[in-house]
Amino acid sequence: MEYEVVIGMETHVEQSTHSKMFCSCSASFFGAEPNTNVCPTCLGMPGALPVINQRAVEFCIMVGLALNCKIARHTFWERKSYWYPDLPKGYQISQYQCPLCYDGYIDVDVRDLSSGNWTETHYRKRIRIRRAHLEEDTGKLAHAGNVSFVDYNRSGVPLIEIVTEPDIASADEAYAYLSALRDIVRYLGVSSGDMEKGALRGEPNMSLRPKGSDTFGTKVEIKNLNSLRAVRDSIAYEIKRQSRLLDEGDQIRQVTLGWDDARGVTVIQREKEEAHDYRYFPEPDLPPLVIDDTWLEAIRARMPELPLAKNDRFMRDFGLSGYDAMVLTKDRATAEYFEKVVAALCGEKNQGLQAAAKSAANWVTGELFRLMGATGAGIEHVKVDPAQLAGLIQLVDNKTININTARQVFEEMFASGRDAGAIVEAKGLAQVNDEATLSKVVEEVLDANPQQAQAYLAGNEKLFQFLVGQTMKRTKGKGNPQVLQGLLKAALDKRRSQ
Amino acid sequence: MNLCALTIHEARASLGAGHVTATALTRACLTRIHALNPRLNAFLTVNADEALQQAAAADERLRREGAAAFNDQPLLGVPLGIKDVLSTRGLRTTAGSRILEHYTPAWDATCVARLRAAGAVLLGKTNTDEFAMGSSTENSAFGVTRNPWDEARVPGGSSGGSAAAVAADLCCAALGSDTGGSVRQPAALCGITGLKNSYGRVSRYGLIAYASSLDSVGVLAKDARDAAIMLEVIAGHDPHDSTSAARPVEGWEQALNGDIRGLRIGVPREYFIPGMQPEVTEAVRAGIETLRSLGASVIDISLPSTTLALPVYYLIATAEASANLARFDSVRYGLRVPGADLVDTYRKTRGAGFGAEVKRRIMLGTYALSAGYYDAYYVRAQKVRTLIKQEFERAFAQVDLIVAPTSPTTAFKIGEKADDPIQMYLSDIFTLTMNLAGICGVSIPCGFDTAGLPIGMQLMGAAFDEKTVLRAADAFQRNTEWHLRKPAL
Repeated sequence: MEYEVVIGMETHVEQSTHSKMFCSCSASFFGAEPNTNVCPTCLGMPGALPVINQRAVEFCIMVGLALNCKIARHTFWERKSYWYPDLPKGYQISQYQCPLCYDGYIDVDVRDLSSGNWTETHYRKRIRIRRAHLEEDTGKLAHAGNVSFVDYNRSGVPLIEIVTEPDIASADEAYAYLSALRDIVRYLGVSSGDMEKGALRGEPNMSLRPKGSDTFGTKVEIKNLNSLRAVRDSIAYEIKRQSRLLDEGDQIRQVTLGWDDARGVTVIQREKEEAHDYRYFPEPDLPPLVIDDTWLEAIRARMPELPLAKNDRFMRDFGLSGYDAMVLTKDRATAEYFEKVVAALCGEKNQGLQAAAKSAANWVTGELFRLMGATGAGIEHVKVDPAQLAGLIQLVDNKTININTARQVFEEMFASGRDAGAIVEAKGLAQVNDEATLSKVVEEVLDANPQQAQAYLAGNEKLFQFLVGQTMKRTKGKGNPQVLQGLLKAALDKRRSQ
Repeated sequence: MNLCALTIHEARASLGAGHVTATALTRACLTRIHALNPRLNAFLTVNADEALQQAAAADERLRREGAAAFNDQPLLGVPLGIKDVLSTRGLRTTAGSRILEHYTPAWDATCVARLRAAGAVLLGKTNTDEFAMGSSTENSAFGVTRNPWDEARVPGGSSGGSAAAVAADLCCAALGSDTGGSVRQPAALCGITGLKNSYGRVSRYGLIAYASSLDSVGVLAKDARDAAIMLEVIAGHDPHDSTSAARPVEGWEQALNGDIRGLRIGVPREYFIPGMQPEVTEAVRAGIETLRSLGASVIDISLPSTTLALPVYYLIATAEASANLARFDSVRYGLRVPGADLVDTYRKTRGAGFGAEVKRRIMLGTYALSAGYYDAYYVRAQKVRTLIKQEFERAFAQVDLIVAPTSPTTAFKIGEKADDPIQMYLSDIFTLTMNLAGICGVSIPCGFDTAGLPIGMQLMGAAFDEKTVLRAADAFQRNTEWHLRKPAL
């Protein structure tokens, strides 16, 4: 039978605020000596009290705005009670009845990741956001034999919990959703978004039903997914596994699954438990949270252009391909770098905007990305500033250097941060465009390679490139290739007619 | 002269004039504690060494600067007791519970830090009902405190240790906490002055929480002037407590001008009920007459929601307590009784660490918050609480002060109500309404019953109107001598 999958996603985003949600301890717990970023409040000492981190509230609102959510103007905190050693107070301060952000949506570009040619094949999908609220993270347990240790450095770090409606209909859509969410939180500077470090934790819940059915099947949850690929692969795996079970007439059990990355299979972590009663009630230690117009507008004013809007603008205004637009807008700093290159090329009048954008895109996604990949440098550490890259492109455009030389020059620039012009001058790399000089070179090459010239004239056209190569060699790569080719062609034609 | 009998203002006068040293005053208190505490059990932990160091430091400054030192250290050299639900750095803090028997905090509650900064001598930690849950100190894991007026009787609670310590002159004054009457009721039963501050007036940071929306730090003192002096030190916004009010610290002591002419006093009929001890009614009526004779006008008012206060209180307080006490899980501090696994360890630790009343309230609160009961109990209780608050607001639009008995009876016998929680809960019937409304009030002595036990009268003021409350209490005490009587010990 043919099935369709219904997926909802619950995602926790660890904020990269300086301090924790309810105390002034440092929130950067990663790699810190255990239990060093702690105080009476995040340790749950008797008599300690929470104080709201305004910044964390603003971050959550920013995410809510990015997800087109309504923002609650008057909300409050609640205690969620349960027992676990990593939860020092025996309750988590969270939000239940009145989430800070609610009723939103996110549009994502979904690509068919199995097709191989995924760069251009995509469709846009709207996924509704049910809610996004703020809460505190727990500590971390470590087990050694029959002893357990608790590290409270993470205890109280601000978390945003984002819950979608069950609008996700495939593994690729789940991938696209989380990927877009990750890009957004990075754009906003709200979180590192690193799934490997647990800063973004996506937990899909999914069920299968016969295609066209309007009832839901039995739901399973998948946890411990530490990469986008793991999210996609685990869902794809579950769709296959459950389809097979259903085909064989078996029941799906309501379980919580983990993902074994090495073996590429899901494993059962927990059987269905009896429903937890968290006994939520309003947190009496904190006053209600009131978001007034002034505050909300100030936050709204600070919102940057988001990846998808940028993507669409790049395609519309710059005439970029969908692929170029996507890779250039994935990271905010890269997008800004690219735009600065374009601006430097066009000046204020935006002349030749699309052509400039095309060559800027080629350079950024080509040579720049290649060298960044090879050296592991992030865009913020690249020594070539956008104006310098524009300068190089202009040298190619005005034929001072040819494209091959330009690539060499760029490598130098990348390593040293020097201007293209300075490198060209110091190394004498300027292109030779003078036809008289180049005609002489062509004649010399034809004289030096009579057999190849004859063979070409006899019909072996492949030898043309060989001869072009010889002319480039003779000019030490500085000859204008277009001019040389033209001259060579003309010279050969002349010999043919003789 | 019995140095320990000094009020704060008297002690300051003597210290400032060089008639007495802080060391002598502290030694006198420590000696008296040594002599009487085995009988009274008012102090759970005596901080003798540190207290003497603090006294020596105070003397050092007093020698150099004299009374001028009080300008920025208004409690310099004054020996005080601290209720054992307040976190004290380096000084054991048990909350009257087995589960914290060996717990020594690394930090001070804000009010304690403010006492230290004001130069106070911290004599030690006073007994309390476990986690401040009780009205007699019989719920302390470390034995009942005895009433200095009759050692067969309770001192009230939960700040019974602080009240007994002040009444028995073991210290000049003491901090307490009041969630449903825990400062005022023991003050009444011990014949002293007990100030319950408006919710938010004093930081709760470092007060081991019982019921967060009701808890307030208060003062047990020998008179209203001392209460005003103490309040000026401990009051004021604290960035560590989001529920502490951004209200300025007022000159409460200076406002004590003895003049209450024109003050409008409301007497709520719901606070004079059948079954009350007749002597209490008589003494409070007489106290009201005294206030009238000082120029106040008295009118009868009605606070009909009063009858709902008890159930509302026991739903909200226990609900909050059930979550507040969840942190005592043996993982980071406190008692640990190892079990077979994690859950078993929780069970065994909490089973052994908490007393019966604490367990009762955790169960009540857990039940009230449970799925399916939450709306019927907790939500409804909060609605009624709002009504109670509004009722007080309406009343205070009409009157400046509401006067009523603090407790329906004088001190009862140890064991008399211990097996009957409902009877015990009823002893707070006149006090807990104020906590639900968040207003302030003071209990002052207004007479004695035929057994020679003190009777308390409470003056209630609007939220953050401590000034009126203290001024009226002080005016009353300028014209009466009930607060000057001492138990024979």
